[in-house]
Amino acid sequence: MNLSISPDIVPIFREGIFFGLLIVTVFGALLATLAKRMTRAILGLVVCFIGIAGLYFFLNSHFVALMQLLIYVGAVAITICFAIMLAQPDEMKMAAKTPALAGPFAILLGGAVTWVLASTAMKATWMAPALKVNEGTVKQVGASLLTTYSMVFELVSIVLLLAILGALVIARSGRDKIEC
Amino acid sequence: MLTLSTQLNTYLFIGAMLFGFGVFGLVRRPSLIGMLIAAELVLCGASVNFMAFNRFLAPDPTVGQIITLFIMAIAAAEAAIVMSIIIAIYRNYKSIETEDLADLQG
Repeated sequence: MNLSISPDIVPIFREGIFFGLLIVTVFGALLATLAKRMTRAILGLVVCFIGIAGLYFFLNSHFVALMQLLIYVGAVAITICFAIMLAQPDEMKMAAKTPALAGPFAILLGGAVTWVLASTAMKATWMAPALKVNEGTVKQVGASLLTTYSMVFELVSIVLLLAILGALVIARSGRDKIEC
Repeated sequence: MLTLSTQLNTYLFIGAMLFGFGVFGLVRRPSLIGMLIAAELVLCGASVNFMAFNRFLAPDPTVGQIITLFIMAIAAAEAAIVMSIIIAIYRNYKSIETEDLADLQG
């Protein structure tokens, strides 16, 4: 039995998977911005993030794709889930109170931003680099993270520490008032 | 044969589209959590742009990946801070609708 795949069909498979990822990303973004229930919007955000992680795989950055899944899907989406559970956002009732022009204005603004950015990108002529210094493998990313960008790396860890402390302080203030 | 996955323009277009979706959601959503979700989409659009230029045009392909990692760290910090602000606002106003968060009449 011959199980080897003919080389002609591999690019078709690859493009099919890529097109599927594009559809998944756009569908997730649509769900995240249009869903009435906030839990569904979170689900759309997660779907969109998974699609983007797939795009990162196609861009030869497997480490960043895994970090996308780990940080965005694993941490950021769960944080927003906690915010939903703690604050009960009922957008069903809110829809009646929002100004009537908000929807059309939002479509106009979002469409204009997309059109301007996309048309500028399509029209521009980019120059490819003369030579690549390295291949951008995980090893090289780690090496330059701890040599060239070590200062920024440390600063980001301080930013994260301050964000955790600040979040605790802001969320705690006012709590004692209710209990007393 | 059409090869979308090896063209810079595809990724730039999807990045612009995510940015546009984020702006659309920021304007449209009547609640703070919806706006937070839309802001995450804006950050993702920026990341996709960085990664696309990193893969196709940058002489050193580690730079874009590192900047994307930093954007992820900033997005995580931003989500934590916004969540605590939302909780504090909900405790004071018993609501997270953007229409209700006004003390002054006007």
